[in-house]
Amino acid sequence: MNVVVCVKQIPDPADPGALNPDHTLKRDGKLILDESDTYGVEMALQLVDKAGEGEVTLVSMAPNGEVAGLRQALAMGAAGAILVSDDTLAGAGALDSAKVLAAAIGRVEGYDLVLAATESSDGYTGTVPEQVAAILDLPSITFAKEVDVADGTVKVRRQTEAGYDECESPLPALVSVTAGVVEPRYPSFKGIMAAKSKPLDTVTVADLGLDGEMVGWSGAGQEIVDVSAAPEREAGEVIEDDGEAHAKIVEFLDGLKVL
Amino acid sequence: MALSKIWVHVEVSEDAIAPITLEILAQARSLTDQVEAFVGGPCADDIAATLGAHGVKKVLATGDLQGGMQGVHVAAALAAAVEGGDAPDLIMFGSTYDGRDIVARLSVKLDKPVVTNNTDVEVDGDSIVVSEPIFGGTEIVKTKFAAGTPALATFRPKSFEAEESGGGAAEAAELAVPDVGAAGGAKILDRHVEETSGPKLDEAAVVVSGGRGLGEADKFDMIEKLSKLLKGAPGASRAIVDAGWVPYSYQVGQTGKVVKPTVYIAAGISGATQHMVGMKGSKNIVAINKDPEAPIFGVADLGIVGDVHKVLPKLIEALEAR
Ligand SMILES: Cc1cc2nc3c(=O)[nH]c(=O)nc-3n(C[C@H](O)[C@H](O)[C@H](O)COP(=O)(O)OP(=O)(O)OC[C@H]3O[C@@H](n4cnc5c(N)ncnc54)[C@H](O)[C@@H]3O)c2cc1C
Ligand SMILES: Nc1ncnc2c1ncn2[C@@H]1O[C@H](COP(=O)(O)O)[C@@H](O)[C@H]1O
Repeated sequence: MNVVVCVKQIPDPADPGALNPDHTLKRDGKLILDESDTYGVEMALQLVDKAGEGEVTLVSMAPNGEVAGLRQALAMGAAGAILVSDDTLAGAGALDSAKVLAAAIGRVEGYDLVLAATESSDGYTGTVPEQVAAILDLPSITFAKEVDVADGTVKVRRQTEAGYDECESPLPALVSVTAGVVEPRYPSFKGIMAAKSKPLDTVTVADLGLDGEMVGWSGAGQEIVDVSAAPEREAGEVIEDDGEAHAKIVEFLDGLKVL
Repeated sequence: MALSKIWVHVEVSEDAIAPITLEILAQARSLTDQVEAFVGGPCADDIAATLGAHGVKKVLATGDLQGGMQGVHVAAALAAAVEGGDAPDLIMFGSTYDGRDIVARLSVKLDKPVVTNNTDVEVDGDSIVVSEPIFGGTEIVKTKFAAGTPALATFRPKSFEAEESGGGAAEAAELAVPDVGAAGGAKILDRHVEETSGPKLDEAAVVVSGGRGLGEADKFDMIEKLSKLLKGAPGASRAIVDAGWVPYSYQVGQTGKVVKPTVYIAAGISGATQHMVGMKGSKNIVAINKDPEAPIFGVADLGIVGDVHKVLPKLIEALEAR
């Protein structure tokens, strides 16, 4: 059982976001492993463990050669990683990212399953995994809250508006997982040491046989025309609870006629 | 320039049209008088009637997908229709589970980018421009499509106001699904509908949400009780969803539901940008937090600096006494 996991390296979500003058998201600082992707990594490790054979390969695309997030996922137990890094990737949109990731996944021999998160913490387009599946012509199940593999079939509980759907697909397939699908492990000291010597291939867009003009900002097919501050909501009255604040709330709700 | 034609994805949940579809239809109508809809499934009479009442002239329906996934089948069908020369200027989807799957697959088929999570769309000269809030809704990015038509965009729930325009049932037409090969291998075997009582979180007039400030899972009872007394729905911050106190379906925010009730009550919630993006559009906001510096007070119409364990029980008692 060989599993490929797409892992995105992102600016720390705790830092306030910022844009470059050309309106692309600033990503020049240090990047970290997107927490959303730790669930995919953990899921993959558990599935390979259960199958008793195979390995987990990571695939990531980042413009500035960042590997810190990949090292973290390798420390969790993945066997190796492919990083696509290239100046032309600055400003790449979701479709471009998917083209690049699909080409990188194509370099992994004999994969059975591709995992990704349902959405990234910084871009949250939620379209990349399904686009990757479309490019690789794989069946896919998104929004998985439970995943199991047996006899060449992946069984998934897919989150829906009203509850969940019981789904299955033959392998190879792509599955996107929601946060909380499993409890991601913390890398052990041994894992962190081992990660330092695990194979991590850095490749360029040209290495993947893709046209640099077609991916990234130049090929995005969309143009940001304006960025402006959203209208602020005015704060109202703030009172200290003196033991009677509940009465104030009742009065407020009464005024709105919701009681 | 008015657009010549728009297609709108019809989201069907438990045999009824989801509110987001009707919201998007209202906006589509303001951009063109040629609004058509498409559905990954059969078009039942009541669906055609509702769509007609919301200004749709024609519904393209795939018929029963036999458990096949929406994404791969509907995208293949739409791509075939577009390539057959029937292309609209814009295809609008909700930022929903199936909407995202279909638009993602379609973008690959048509080799066109998707702009996701928008809250507005306008026509500027002869370009289509969409607006997306970023950084927790503090800034708005406007993006122009520059890859020719059809433009592909998804819209967040509650971005537009649904409104009937009057009109007879929409005419149903076939949206033929071509063979999708191996990519069609995934199947839905069974559907589970989780039991809920009371109004839905994203449709309720009153939402009472609890956060980590409640201290422990059991204390969420206070939120349930209060929301019931107000005939509203209980909601939650991601902190307590991740902690397993309540199911994901309760989550309000960037990665949860967008709510715009008449009143939103936030109890023990700090007001992280990712939470606020899901509730800032509420008509009235009441916040209870023991920290006077909590960001939630910045958007509250009535802020109570106090302990939820003191304020909520008294509030519940006062409402029960009425
Ligand atoms: C990519 C991403 C997506 C996210 N999506 C979402 C989302 O969709 N929804 C969401 O909610 N969050 C989301 N988050 C998480 C978000 O950043 C916050 O971590 C989360 O909203 C915090 O939840 P909280 O307010 O309950 O907890 P905290 O931030 O810990 O706040 C608890 C509050 O309770 C107050 N308090 C403590 N004790 C009491 C008491 N006795 N009485 C009164 N007040 C008390 C404290 O003063 C504090 O303000 C996301 C984060 C990321 C990175
Ligand atoms: N640059 C990237 N490198 C690796 N994986 C990615 C990248 N972009 C997106 N993904 C994967 O696709 C998921 C959804 O991303 P998004 O569509 O941006 O919300 C992410 O959580 C990752 O699993």
